Amino acid sequence: MSESLTRTVTVRDPLGLHMRPADLLVRTAGRYASQITIGKNGEMVDCKSILSLLTLGADHGCELSLEAAGPDAADALDRIEQLFESGFDDREAEQVEGVRPSADH
Amino acid sequence: MKFADFITTGAIRAKLDATTKEAAIEELVGALLEAGEIDADQRDDIIASIMKREELGSTGIGRGVAVPHTKHPSVEKLVGTVGVSEEGVDFDSLDGERVQLFFLLISPPERPGDHLRALENISRQLRDETFCRFLKQSSKAEDIQQLLAEADDNQFVSG
Repeated sequence: MSESLTRTVTVRDPLGLHMRPADLLVRTAGRYASQITIGKNGEMVDCKSILSLLTLGADHGCELSLEAAGPDAADALDRIEQLFESGFDDREAEQVEGVRPSADH
Repeated sequence: MKFADFITTGAIRAKLDATTKEAAIEELVGALLEAGEIDADQRDDIIASIMKREELGSTGIGRGVAVPHTKHPSVEKLVGTVGVSEEGVDFDSLDGERVQLFFLLISPPERPGDHLRALENISRQLRDETFCRFLKQSSKAEDIQQLLAEADDNQFVSG
């Protein structure tokens, strides 16, 4: 088992981590085999469960710890960090829904 | 935030008649109208706006639960209600399960924080499987109201 990797991400969506970004986050995390958790103040929840993500009630500007353990942990964190950076915009949504993962930006 | 802060007791509905997504939303918005929480002339626009949100992705979040919602300028504070369907409704849920338990929310556009707090409260309480199961088994609005009050009183979760 590989060691777990951690990173800090910031919620940039003005509405906070509401249902749509949470849904996108679950879909993205679900593409990776690694175990991925996210949280704050030591309370970490499953990043692949929308119900868990909503319990965070993460507002705009909130900093969250992201943790991944598994074979593709580094890739998963890169992709999720990118999602947070982009503020979960719609283009990102299309890329996630799309057939092939794109890396064109 | 507690359920009592955003759930209108008089709009809670057990035994929903609806068998489709749109009908379930209409029934619950109708319940809020009857309870005097929304204006009659805004009803159709609110329903259309909740349906439009569903097109972006179902708010059926799994475990037989959906949280249909919208922002709407006609409400001054966050209003919401709870509905239970005995048979369950096909809601295009993320996990494909039929939805038995609905939390419908309408929030003023300038208060995104309240919406987030309501989602936080709903999801935290629903993590308790007993609470979730009892709600789905409720056949009377009074039973649902009682369960929400007990949840507000921290009888289902510790944290």
